Amino acid sequence: MPNKCKYMENWCAALDKNEQYQKFKVYRDKVLALGNDSLEKTIAIAVSLCLVCAVLVSFAAVALKPLQVGNKAADMKKNILDVAGLLEDGADINAAFSEKIESKIVDLETGDYVDSVNAEEYDQRKAAKDPAQSILIPKDKDIAHIRVKAKYAKVFLVKEGGAIKSIILPINGYGLWSTLYGFLSLEADGQTVQSINFYDQAETPGLGGEVVNPVWRALWKGKKVYAETDQPSLEKGLITEADIGEPALSLIKGTVDTSKAGSQYQVDGLAGATLTSTGVTNLVRYWTSNEGFASYLKKVRTVKGVKS
Amino acid sequence: MSAILNDETKKVLVTPLVNDNPITLQVLGICSALAVTSQMSTSLIMALALTLVTAFSSAAISAIRNHIPSSIRIIVQMTIIASLVIVVDQLLKAFAYDVSKQLSVFVGLIITNCIVMGRAEGYAMKNPPLESFMDGIGNGLGYSLILIIVAFFRETLGSGKLLGIEVFKLVKDGGWYDPNGLMLLPPSAFFIIGLIIWGVRQWKPNQAEKVEFKIMSIAHGEGGHH
Repeated sequence: MPNKCKYMENWCAALDKNEQYQKFKVYRDKVLALGNDSLEKTIAIAVSLCLVCAVLVSFAAVALKPLQVGNKAADMKKNILDVAGLLEDGADINAAFSEKIESKIVDLETGDYVDSVNAEEYDQRKAAKDPAQSILIPKDKDIAHIRVKAKYAKVFLVKEGGAIKSIILPINGYGLWSTLYGFLSLEADGQTVQSINFYDQAETPGLGGEVVNPVWRALWKGKKVYAETDQPSLEKGLITEADIGEPALSLIKGTVDTSKAGSQYQVDGLAGATLTSTGVTNLVRYWTSNEGFASYLKKVRTVKGVKS
Repeated sequence: MSAILNDETKKVLVTPLVNDNPITLQVLGICSALAVTSQMSTSLIMALALTLVTAFSSAAISAIRNHIPSSIRIIVQMTIIASLVIVVDQLLKAFAYDVSKQLSVFVGLIITNCIVMGRAEGYAMKNPPLESFMDGIGNGLGYSLILIIVAFFRETLGSGKLLGIEVFKLVKDGGWYDPNGLMLLPPSAFFIIGLIIWGVRQWKPNQAEKVEFKIMSIAHGEGGHH
């Protein structure tokens, strides 16, 4: 084969000297000359095809992995910035994220910060799948239909001049077709909604998929998460746990009448997506209940404060 | 160019667009045509992905067609197609992350798309690689054409947008257009594809199948009930 070897003479010469390669060549020619339906050729073709395909697939997977991981991380950061209202067009996402946002690990049970875990590296979704780091949710409490939750949750704090400006909580739960993953952003009082966002969902595009629609998401601003007692006018910092009621926020059918009492706990449901709307109500209620962030948020809101 | 575009390659490139369209005539690849066409952007990426997979898998299968044992023929084809689809999926995740998020499982489902298998088995097994490659491109374009038409109607009528850009101002944003929710659900693609097939067969009557049976006319007085 003079043509093929024109540009790689050294390599070809080395190959020609290699005894194993010569054996392979003889065997290859023998197999190719065999009848197509012989057993040996069938097996040889199957094995070599699998080898070639496996190399191709693994090469693509390994070579593209860094890009994919980067995309995923950037997408997550983008969503966090978005829900915090800090997303600017054209700004460097990584820089903006590390500048403005602090990750913290919260023990869901006690509601305190956990400093023994590296918040930067902790992956809550991965932890939820690991039996050692997760808790099975009792069936009667599993209103969000997620079966397991991670023991520790990763929350994100937006700080301005040392004071917390907003608290971003990771939330997830089942809608109609898919588990929705997203973030709920609360103001520093742990009661007023700033925004909500879903970064991973596969609901019907145009119907349930409208959970990502900015117009609908804007309706959440200013809504209250917990029912308040009759005298909530206690000055900030003096609120006790008894003042904080049950999770009350829910999606309703149709449009919220803001003149009615209790409208601060209601958000318009998604038209044509009753099951997704129910799913969103359930997952917000779940993550703001005692199963979720209630103990943490209570500590944020009351004089007790969050221990670390 | 004339060497590449001989009569055969021209034929395999052009006929699948209308005369032998994989969707309207062969009625293949319907599943993904229903699933991804609610938006134009996903349809375009899906069309591109399927065209590339069909072309390269046909070329690869054709290149080894004389050595494929007939007993494992389908598995060999599937292995090649599946590998290419995984590579495409990985490429999308690396370079078009947002679109790959929207297409989710449907990229993987190209493996089971009947068009790819149909061209491998029906054309690439009997023809040389270059022609098979062109045949794959041609059929991919035929599929793309229908996808784009369906997506055009579904996205404009269903959400008042085209490629994410507002075309009709929606009532909920203070405009006049009340979107048709059915257009966003997969069954609407059935109606649109049905109408396209009807239109094409009116235009080219030779595409309509012959009726396989005839309803007998019953003469008066015979049978029936009294």
